[in-house]
Amino acid sequence: MLKVALASIFICLASLVSPLTQADIKSYEFAEPEMAQRFVDLTTVLRCPKCQNQNLADSDSIIAKDLRGQVQTLINAGQTNQQITDFMVQRYGEFILYDPPLNKSTLVLWLAPIGMVLIGLWALWFFGRKTHTQGAMLTPSEQHKLDQLLADNQTPSRD
Amino acid sequence: MSATTKRLLLLLPTLIAFALGIFLYQGIGQDPNKLESSLIGQPLPEFNAETLVSPSRIVTQADMLGQPALVNVWATWCPTCRAEHEFLVSIAEQDNVRIYGVNYHDQRTAAQQWLKDLGDPYIFSVFDPKGALGINLGVVGAPETYLIDADGVVVDKLTGELNERTWPPLRTKYLSLLQETN
Repeated sequence: MLKVALASIFICLASLVSPLTQADIKSYEFAEPEMAQRFVDLTTVLRCPKCQNQNLADSDSIIAKDLRGQVQTLINAGQTNQQITDFMVQRYGEFILYDPPLNKSTLVLWLAPIGMVLIGLWALWFFGRKTHTQGAMLTPSEQHKLDQLLADNQTPSRD
Repeated sequence: MSATTKRLLLLLPTLIAFALGIFLYQGIGQDPNKLESSLIGQPLPEFNAETLVSPSRIVTQADMLGQPALVNVWATWCPTCRAEHEFLVSIAEQDNVRIYGVNYHDQRTAAQQWLKDLGDPYIFSVFDPKGALGINLGVVGAPETYLIDADGVVVDKLTGELNERTWPPLRTKYLSLLQETN
């Protein structure tokens, strides 16, 4: 019973994240079933220029609907994914790609995360090393003193 | 490594955070809708469409050439288009600015009525009910205004309302294009 409940919750959640519901895809007709899959793929990686935080599949804006129709037309006309992507970039710029290509203007975008991780690793090493050396820096007499202090502290107080 | 260097190194995270802060601060206030148009420097896309006013009249991009002009994308469902319309009429009538319209995703009767009621600043408006020309122009939403030169090459693009504040920089470019042409 619990398993069924969990499974149905999971299916509901999964349907929330899937970009196009089955009914939506069916309203776009394609010559071959393989084309419908390409349509889903393309509208997922192409960004809506109006709403910006949604892809073409998710957005209900006029321009997203138009561009979905355009993707459908181009797929049915026999164009490859690359040709369709080029078509969009030519008109809307690289902004329309959710997966931006590595070039001069996106260099920071691509390299910053790697840089952050490197800085983090360096910090871990640097500060980690420091703690160890501090521990080992006690001279034998200092160590003796410390041991005595600790031992004193452990004797029960007379109060 | 000396003690001073070590202490200075402790400042490093603060410095990085500070630099990041400055970098991100610069992004605040930038309009995310302001996308550079890929069409700038490119000729107008080819089209073949009816005009809004008379369905029997077919126009192409060639009908927009010869003089520098504005190409204004508008629709009756767009409140900002309504807001800028009076301004378009005024620059068309008083300054003789050549303006072509692209009636975008609209209904013909409603759009014709709008021009009757509010005045028609356009030499003609291309009727683009399905947004086909819109896609080729890279239109994101109405209103958008393109400045084209006499050869139909797109020189500049304004996303949003054309008004007393946004027109002057475009006007300067328009006037210099006009001077080159004549």
